[in-house]
Amino acid sequence: MIPISRWLAAGVAWGVLSLPMATAQVAVRGQTVHTLTGPPIVDGIVLIKGGQIETVGSGATTTVPAGYKLLTARVVTPGLVDAHSTVGISGMLNQKQDQDQLDKSAPLQPELRAVDSYNSLDPLVDWVRNLGVTTLHTGHGPGALISGQTLVVKTWPQNLDQALLVPEATFACTLGPDSLSAAKDKAPATIAKAIGLLRAELVKAVDYQKKLAKSDLEKRPARDLHLEALVRALEGKQPLLFTVQRHQDILSVLRLAREFGLKIILDGVADAPLVLREIRESGFPVILHPTMARPSADLENVSMGTAAQLQSAGILFALQSGYEAYVPKTRVVLFEAALAAANGLTFDQALAAITINPARILGIADRVGTLAPGKDADIALFDGDPFEYTSHCVGTVVSGVVVGEGAK
Amino acid sequence: MPFGLNRWSARQSFRMQHSLARWCGRFLAGFSLLGMAASAHAQERPLALLGARLIPIHGDPIEQGILLVQGGKIKAIGASNNVVIPPEAERRDLTGKTLMPGLVDTHSHIGLATSGSNERSGPLNPEMRALDAVDIRDPALQRARAGGITTVNIMPGSGSLIGGQTIYLKLRQGRTIDDLLLRTPTGRIAGGLKMANGTNPQGDPPFPGTRAKAAALVREKFVAAQVYREKLAKAGSDADKAPARDLALESLVEVLAADRVVHHHTHRHDDIMTVLRLQKEFGFRVVLHHVSEGYKVAQEIAAANVPCSVIVVDSPGGKLEARDMDWKTAGVLERAGVLVGFHTDDPVTDSRLFLRSAALAVRSGMTRDGSLRAVTSAGARMLDLNDQVGTLEAGKDADFLVLSGDPLSVYTHVEETWIEGVRVFDRSDPKDALLATGGRGAGNPRAASLCCFGNGGDQ
Repeated sequence: MIPISRWLAAGVAWGVLSLPMATAQVAVRGQTVHTLTGPPIVDGIVLIKGGQIETVGSGATTTVPAGYKLLTARVVTPGLVDAHSTVGISGMLNQKQDQDQLDKSAPLQPELRAVDSYNSLDPLVDWVRNLGVTTLHTGHGPGALISGQTLVVKTWPQNLDQALLVPEATFACTLGPDSLSAAKDKAPATIAKAIGLLRAELVKAVDYQKKLAKSDLEKRPARDLHLEALVRALEGKQPLLFTVQRHQDILSVLRLAREFGLKIILDGVADAPLVLREIRESGFPVILHPTMARPSADLENVSMGTAAQLQSAGILFALQSGYEAYVPKTRVVLFEAALAAANGLTFDQALAAITINPARILGIADRVGTLAPGKDADIALFDGDPFEYTSHCVGTVVSGVVVGEGAK
Repeated sequence: MPFGLNRWSARQSFRMQHSLARWCGRFLAGFSLLGMAASAHAQERPLALLGARLIPIHGDPIEQGILLVQGGKIKAIGASNNVVIPPEAERRDLTGKTLMPGLVDTHSHIGLATSGSNERSGPLNPEMRALDAVDIRDPALQRARAGGITTVNIMPGSGSLIGGQTIYLKLRQGRTIDDLLLRTPTGRIAGGLKMANGTNPQGDPPFPGTRAKAAALVREKFVAAQVYREKLAKAGSDADKAPARDLALESLVEVLAADRVVHHHTHRHDDIMTVLRLQKEFGFRVVLHHVSEGYKVAQEIAAANVPCSVIVVDSPGGKLEARDMDWKTAGVLERAGVLVGFHTDDPVTDSRLFLRSAALAVRSGMTRDGSLRAVTSAGARMLDLNDQVGTLEAGKDADFLVLSGDPLSVYTHVEETWIEGVRVFDRSDPKDALLATGGRGAGNPRAASLCCFGNGGDQ
């Protein structure tokens, strides 16, 4: 029997954790405010109330109401959106107990939910938030044909239920040498077998979908979490996030999408310059590999200039921090955009690749990604050009809460 | 003395007195041949680079200065009114550009991708040589040139306590590794000894399972080397009395004689202190590498007068002993008076982005000048190459970079890399640009070159 005092104590602790910090009225004034809805505002002010943006305007014409906390910075941007990360699931320490991004028991596990893995208290969540990241698309990692699902979460508050934006965002799929079984004699050992397994499973899901549609309740099949998940993919309700690097594997994914009418987000796509036309014609958006991704294995053709190529081709794309197996345990999407800006993207295009573009790709552009009235008050403050290594993030506002102040 | 210069140079002269005659004799012939090959490529006609901002490292930047290069060496550097340009010199206008010394990467694994860098058959491998493993045709070397790296210490990995002999290379355009070698004043192939502690070299026997066991294994090996050294000394020139050659102990005798510097991988504050303890016991010269928790024991490192080569990565963690990694490390060590350098640990960080390390350190409190020394002259001192490289000074090797702007800006590109008066990287050349940014053919260490039989040169 647990003493009631301990229950009470636990309840109090949980209360502290779960209560949203007071969403005070805040004004953010910047020498330059990048709204991403139009040209930057010189001397701009963003007024925040109830966790949302009230107004965005000129400092000369906006009066900061009494009682508002005033933050100032040289440069103000929308809170950064990391288009694809494994932060919170692939933990900082890289020990068995904090690595939940890949279950190797089977090659296809679309039923694994990211909400059941995400650790909002992992130090890397703090790390990226302190560098301006307010929204993370994170979840199961690469390494299996379907390793599980992903979610979209704010980097504050620390209670997952309150921070959650999209609990079932995508299915994390990988096609390439990394998705092949490391175990001897265990399928898939080849890419063709991998596609064979995916097709066979999707055929099963199509069949399950048909049975679910039967008018006779008695004839409907028993619930199957695995197939239910794949039906969501078939219906386009939950896209497949396909981590795929090599040109031939990219084409295989597009072929699979055509066969089953799938909604795809292409992820990684190191060989994109080799199949740019096919990607554009598919209409699928791209979450590009980190600009600093290492050129090896199936990323051997990776280029810092690919973002600029996608931009010129008119393909909707975002930049990501990606999954890192070792050191550093996560990249920082701000720095990945910075290097893309140094290799062909304009400042605005690079900033869009870590704000409004990922918001569009993830279907959350009504909430985040720009500074506009009615949107979530997610803001990053910098003491100089955000992309310069020697600048600092001097504050992060998430859902109207000032979370980090001081140079980072 | 700032940066522990005093003791470092004292040790250098000590090393000179204890030159190992047999190494000398074996390699002197090769040395002079190499010298001829290198000078054949360098320009005999002087080259005057005009109009650029010069960052010489050992002094203040010079606006619109002149760098005069001839025969692979810097002949003169200074303000436009202080350098006499010989009439026969080729003149090149670099107005708007920035020139600085070639970068010195004190810890890299480029060229080892296809050979492996961790020998896991046993924990003590001082006889292993990176010399026998580096593939100099790996595009990783050209990517390093694209990042402005001109001198590099290529090391075995940290998977064993003593990983083997490292090799200091000039990233000259060469056909074989011999073309890239550097020699010590005694004629030996320049390089240090890689060691590691903490969790990486741990494992099942014969690897240590604990930190104390790791230290004990290393101490036993060094004690054996001391005995071996005594036997060698007693035998003198009498070959019959000399002990049988032991390649492992020979290497450690060089370490005991302070002729070969130990490059020690270490992260945690207690592991750092263990290295300092071993250094004190055996009297070797050591550079601490990574030093993730160096900010916790900065005073102790400074007191021991041991230089630090710091790694800068984008986030902490990835392993237990790197959980407290912090960008402030370099700045804290600098303020404590420690000689601070950086390294890429390529492929952990990318050689093309080595200047990022300096910039991120400045973000977290290091001085700007200190950060630029850390990627040039400080590294040169850690490799005992500071007479030759690391600053733009008359008489030093003409190893320099042409940058499009400030070295710490993300928007700046390395446009050209020069080694000993020879341009080894030129971003305006599409082949080099491919290596600088990536793309098809840039990342495969053994890319096939099948097109087309018989029409290529001998490269």
